[in-house]
Amino acid sequence: MRHLPALLVATPLFAAFFMPLIGRAGQTARSLWVLLASVATSTVGLLLAWKVFTTGTVLYVFGAAAAGQALPMDSGGIPIRIIFEVDALSALMVVIASLSSLAVTLYSLVADSKSSGQDGFYSMLFLLVAGIFGMVSTGDLFNFFVFLEITSLSGAALVAFRIDKGVAVEAGLKYALLSTVGALSILIAIGILFGQYNALNIATLAARLQFTMLDKVALALLIVPLAMKCGAVPMHFWTPDAYSTAPSSITALLVVSSQASLYGLFRILFSLYGDVLQFSWLTFGWFLIILGVLSMFVGVTMAILQKDVKRLMAYHAVSQTGYMLLGVGVGLAVLGNREALDAYGRTAMAGGLFHILNHAMYKGLLFLTAGAIFYRTGTRNLNKLGGLGHTMPWTMVFFMIGALAIAGIPPFNGFASKLLIYESVFRFNPFLSIIAMIVSILTLASFVKVFHSMFMGAPKAEYAEAREVPKSMLIGMGFLAVIVVVTGLMPRPFIDHMITPAVNALVDRSDYIVAILGGK
Amino acid sequence: MIRLLWAFPFITVAILAVIGIDAMLFKRNLIKILMGLGLLEAAVNLFLVATGYRQSGIAPIFTNAPDAPQMVLPTVQALTLTSIVIGVATLAMMLSFTMIIYKKYGTVDSQQIRKLKG
Repeated sequence: MRHLPALLVATPLFAAFFMPLIGRAGQTARSLWVLLASVATSTVGLLLAWKVFTTGTVLYVFGAAAAGQALPMDSGGIPIRIIFEVDALSALMVVIASLSSLAVTLYSLVADSKSSGQDGFYSMLFLLVAGIFGMVSTGDLFNFFVFLEITSLSGAALVAFRIDKGVAVEAGLKYALLSTVGALSILIAIGILFGQYNALNIATLAARLQFTMLDKVALALLIVPLAMKCGAVPMHFWTPDAYSTAPSSITALLVVSSQASLYGLFRILFSLYGDVLQFSWLTFGWFLIILGVLSMFVGVTMAILQKDVKRLMAYHAVSQTGYMLLGVGVGLAVLGNREALDAYGRTAMAGGLFHILNHAMYKGLLFLTAGAIFYRTGTRNLNKLGGLGHTMPWTMVFFMIGALAIAGIPPFNGFASKLLIYESVFRFNPFLSIIAMIVSILTLASFVKVFHSMFMGAPKAEYAEAREVPKSMLIGMGFLAVIVVVTGLMPRPFIDHMITPAVNALVDRSDYIVAILGGK
Repeated sequence: MIRLLWAFPFITVAILAVIGIDAMLFKRNLIKILMGLGLLEAAVNLFLVATGYRQSGIAPIFTNAPDAPQMVLPTVQALTLTSIVIGVATLAMMLSFTMIIYKKYGTVDSQQIRKLKG
């Protein structure tokens, strides 16, 4: 139990690097190894999250005599080691990544078994998972950069995995190029901050930050690439390409990796720069709100035009990211106003963070159903598909659950988080709330169209061969569908025990610093 | 004069970065775009090393730990090494992507590699 934060990254890395070796023993051995590694990784993640939610922030100092000893005796109060700091917000992200990666690996064991290069595929998949876990749990800015690069590299390789006449490679190259430039910009910011304050630890930096001109430059260099990596609108153009060409199981994970960037964005705005931004919280809150509203609106309008089902879903992913930015943005805007914060700011942030969890589940589910249809029919073109409801009933049910959840229809989980956002944002600015509702209606309209063109109608002759997908894929999808329904029917326990602590972790910025530096 | 000498590495960083970004934005050949990325990476690495330089500073390596005033933690140097390794991996991967694109499309002109739209 003491070494859980280290195991969180070590388990998937170990699984990834032994994959080629195990793979030599044949398909069955590899599948068993993948299954074992995935269950182990998710167990470690969930155990760690449980520990955080029950006992508070968990520190892990690599190489120290005691795991919780952040400050070495003779260092003069500077944390010099790499520290993992898992607070409630990180734990929430760890839960999301654990559940999602488990469902994805179950699904991909059959779904991707036809393609060659299996060893590489699963090595990359586990590297991606390791990168996501690292990004959300590290307390060190440079470490964050390293994990971001691991995520981008393995993500790009997986996007390009099905070469698909070169189209997938084109998308992979675009994704890799943008991610690398973004990561370099983050690295410059890290250099600027280290040059001034001699620290890489986020908590130490936050305590020392003076908000000089250089710090402002560093802030811009940090938030712009992270906003790009999470797919916010003026910088969303890589999302539809990468999401639509990657194998569906990977797309569901890419959604989570984008959300890890979103986590980075919030961490930097709240925990690192939170206090020095004191007089411009409103400005930065509106920055997030405008990004969010643009993403919601542009995402959904672009989605309606699409013919490729996965491209359509990718634009909806952009649109849904907007809700998260909107919710947390409203919280940031009223951070200085205690009354407003308690009246609706915290609820808005809870809605935004809850939507991250819900989005990862229903969006993952939708991408997996799209993959299931591609698995049987070999096409993603909505104009060609039709009548699949007769032959693939389970896939249809799962698609309906996902589609109703994304459109915010009760009793599914999208409704639970969107309702929190609507009611709190309405008190901040009614206009924003109305936009959010209109976007939801457009989302519903778009998915009704998709549902109709994929599943309804008479069975088509060319898809007469299409049957229900194999069990392991159904189990992967069913796992996510059950979570979607359960979090939708009973959102209260999730909000009370996971989301509210995560909101508090963002709002009470000093806790993050005190956990490392001590004192209060 | 001395001040200018101190600023010299940073001027080089700026020049390298501008050349790199220029190549990435305005060249059409994928290989040249990646060369631009390589230059940008070099600029960032130089920036990191330059910020870490202290005159007559000595790194506290086991056998020759100096007195406190000259002791400099070689953190940025370690960061640079990591960043170089990451840079090699990314560039190698992107170059191999370019090879596959050339095999499939028969061109490395970024204007003609546009099958993904909408």
